[in-house]
Amino acid sequence: MSRRANVVTLSIAVVALAAAGSRPAPLAASENDTSAAAAAHVLNRLAFGPRPGEIASVRRAGINAWIDEQLHPERIDNRALEARLARFETLALDTPTILRDYYAPAMQERRARQKQAGPTNPANLENQENRENPANPPTLAARKARLVLSELSEARVLRAVYSERQLEEVLTDFWFNHFNVFAGKGPTRAFLTSFERDAIRPYVLGDFRQMLEAVAQSPAMLFYLDNWQNVQPQMTQMTQMARMPRGASSGRGQRPTRASGRFELTSAGLQQPDPQRQRTPRGINENYARELLELHTLGVDGGYTQDDVVNVARAFTGWTMRPRQEARFTFARQLHDAGEKHVLGHTLKAGRGVEDGREVLDILVAHPSTAHFIATRLAEKFVSDTPPAALVDRAAKRFRETRGNLREVTRAIVSSPEFLAAEAQRAKVKTPLEFVASALRATGAEVGTALPVIRVLRDLGMPLYFCQPPTGYEERADTWVSSGALVARMNFALELGGGRMRGITVPGVTSASAVGDRLVGDVLAGDVSQPTRATIAKAATADQVIALVIGSPEFQRQ
Amino acid sequence: MQSRRVFLKSGALALVTLGFAPSFLARTVAAAGARRKLLIAIFQRGAVDGLNMVVPFGEPEYYRVRPSIAIPQPGREDGALDLDGFFGLHPRMAPLAPLWAAGHLAIVHASGSPDATRSHFDAQDYMESATPGVKSTRDGWLNRYLQARADEREEARNPLRGVALTRQMPRALQGPAPALAIGSVASFDVHGDTTERASFEAAYASAADQVLNGTAGEAFQAMRTLERTRAGARPSPSRDAGYPSSPFGQALLEIASLAKADVGLEIAFAESTNWDHHVNEGSATGQLANRLDDLSRGIAALVRDLGDRMADTLIVTMSEFGRAVSENGSRGTDHGHGNAMFVIGGSVKGGRVHGKWPGLAPEQRYERRDLAITTDFRDVFAEVVVRHLGASTDVANRVFPGFRVEASRFKNIVDG
Repeated sequence: MSRRANVVTLSIAVVALAAAGSRPAPLAASENDTSAAAAAHVLNRLAFGPRPGEIASVRRAGINAWIDEQLHPERIDNRALEARLARFETLALDTPTILRDYYAPAMQERRARQKQAGPTNPANLENQENRENPANPPTLAARKARLVLSELSEARVLRAVYSERQLEEVLTDFWFNHFNVFAGKGPTRAFLTSFERDAIRPYVLGDFRQMLEAVAQSPAMLFYLDNWQNVQPQMTQMTQMARMPRGASSGRGQRPTRASGRFELTSAGLQQPDPQRQRTPRGINENYARELLELHTLGVDGGYTQDDVVNVARAFTGWTMRPRQEARFTFARQLHDAGEKHVLGHTLKAGRGVEDGREVLDILVAHPSTAHFIATRLAEKFVSDTPPAALVDRAAKRFRETRGNLREVTRAIVSSPEFLAAEAQRAKVKTPLEFVASALRATGAEVGTALPVIRVLRDLGMPLYFCQPPTGYEERADTWVSSGALVARMNFALELGGGRMRGITVPGVTSASAVGDRLVGDVLAGDVSQPTRATIAKAATADQVIALVIGSPEFQRQ
Repeated sequence: MQSRRVFLKSGALALVTLGFAPSFLARTVAAAGARRKLLIAIFQRGAVDGLNMVVPFGEPEYYRVRPSIAIPQPGREDGALDLDGFFGLHPRMAPLAPLWAAGHLAIVHASGSPDATRSHFDAQDYMESATPGVKSTRDGWLNRYLQARADEREEARNPLRGVALTRQMPRALQGPAPALAIGSVASFDVHGDTTERASFEAAYASAADQVLNGTAGEAFQAMRTLERTRAGARPSPSRDAGYPSSPFGQALLEIASLAKADVGLEIAFAESTNWDHHVNEGSATGQLANRLDDLSRGIAALVRDLGDRMADTLIVTMSEFGRAVSENGSRGTDHGHGNAMFVIGGSVKGGRVHGKWPGLAPEQRYERRDLAITTDFRDVFAEVVVRHLGASTDVANRVFPGFRVEASRFKNIVDG
């Protein structure tokens, strides 16, 4: 019932939109920049799909002008979105506050409960964090702990649907995924709000070198890829001796006199058992170094060796933090391997400190493999799963010329003829986030709460912030086109069309044919196969039309 | 010797309780060749404490370093169930004892991943991709198996060849070969009315989009197959087989029903969670005991439900790593290294603990702390792929990239 409430106001809009959308649209790209198909393509790739009326407005503004505006998000008024996000209390908080007020109380409570319950209670620290247990309703502390990630996830969905700075959102999704971290690993979830807000979002159209360093120093990445435990090997013996149970060190060697030597690694802010904390770092940990080269900069075939990995890891020894306390990045000189290092043909002189890591980042940003790898990734994102080599080369050149100015690299790709070429249109399958957000935009849905959307994204195999491997989610179609996933997409379409998603209302429409015209004309730019058109025409109700369009093969592509 | 009697007693008791003779092999030799082999992989996520699951009660060191959580020796109150005079099963695993006695349950102890990581996430990743230390592997080993044998199969694109009873596709089954991850068989359906479903099917069937068209075709094909199954042409799953009501028990029940429906299932995957007991692990009773009870009752019910089909079925359990030899300050165990795997089936050379036992003395441990690994988990997987699933060594080498499959390293757990 409630979704029919707006019938009157909306029907006016719908009539206007249907008129705009019912114009016959060309089926392929045309030379004319302002064709509906081209406008739809731009909105599918540089935004989370067209809203009703948006194809028309992009055509009016002209594609180049619209793209240029999106490349400068700071110039776009986004107050409507900000008003929607105002109800979230944790989005603006810093990590120390989140740890202290939201993360720690729940951990302490859980531990107290475990102790109290004794051995018969199957309560468990790590594994139950994500699980609902109807028998044990969550306590206030547990709810607060959960709030951090659920607000971040809701905000991600709301931004995708409602932000006027759509390209910034698309790129935030892209770069978060490029530097993927996993909410399920220990306290990482408490670091994500800041990670996305402070290390990713400010740089998506900015300086790649700055983003790289912001990520390298973020608690999320330090913890997720273990660099906070990456220490010079000589420290190992000292810390191990220091941590041996009394009596076990039986006169061999001396306890380190510099307590600070192990302070960074062993001090526990909270008293819960933690495997990460109880592990004694044994020297260098290559985890971050390897992914920095393989996934963040050079690419797997970028021309580095195992020796480079080891030397990069040595360069980043001492880049650490205390994950259970304030989790602020610190450079711990006493944990740093100050020896000479050789990285990709460069020599890092002995006796230095934090500048070792910084110089490695400089070397990587200047390396041609990085320019090529980043250009490839962006071209895969915006153009096709197999982008034309000439385009990648041009974008890589732009990367080198501008030393990694991402606004210019992005511009080189999205203003290229390859981007608008007919082969590029509908060449990519939407990821689940793109699919769901585009459906909400296409239907003009009012998302009161995005929690059901978060659940749907889990069902579709793309749980927000829960991509485990550092590779992030795949861009390629074959990942997202599985039989189980397609069925789940059809079911989402039916749920949305049928008004069965709690807290999400799809504005009512006058008739099945009106909504059909609107979606086909104004969202899919008229580019719909005859069978899909016939299927939609047979639908009896507006609900069914929405479901059939959102679940159609055409709507799975972008 | 006392201990042996206790085992026999409890084994016999369990037999009576289960009400079936576990020698399903003898009755089905004739039928075995015709049916497709089935592998059921069970992942114990969170790293089970293998030393309390398969207890080395013959090691004095075990009792020295686990004062509050050790399982007592066989014959004592709440003692381990003696397997061979040295190892014993956790007492709550009694439902599996008859399988051991009948020779259908083998154990591979001190097995695991050669990679040193003690991160759950990395170690699960490595075990499921079966490429320890290599994070960039895109697909899982079970999917690679499906890929590698696609050209030998008439219905290579049948998504019911590989099914995970999990909401998300587990890493092990991710990849280009069709596979399904479904919460339950019942939920794999388009939840609209018949018109809506027919409309979707028509739209996808005539779509020029080859990728979507093909995959949707597979999905609707699988749905119809399952619908026929649900329509009662097949016996419904045996709820009286004694499955626990836990998600794990229900997942196994679903697997049994799929297996019995002959829908082309070759690889099934289920997961058992909540094994990460850093605090108050318990010994003969407690957290670990409750989880082992769920695991054992589930597997016993599955074996019983599958009945004769167990002749063509192999159940393999795995967990990302073991736990430290010594208990920690919270009467729990921290992350370790080597662990124990179970292999159950008609073709299993059971009743034996396979693999070399490295010992528990500090100098025998991995990094003086954890159970050392003497069997690479990939040698067990590879043996399953070759000897049970009947793949060639060539196929097996494609399933385990970067790892040379050598029959000489097989532990002879499975009859070839």
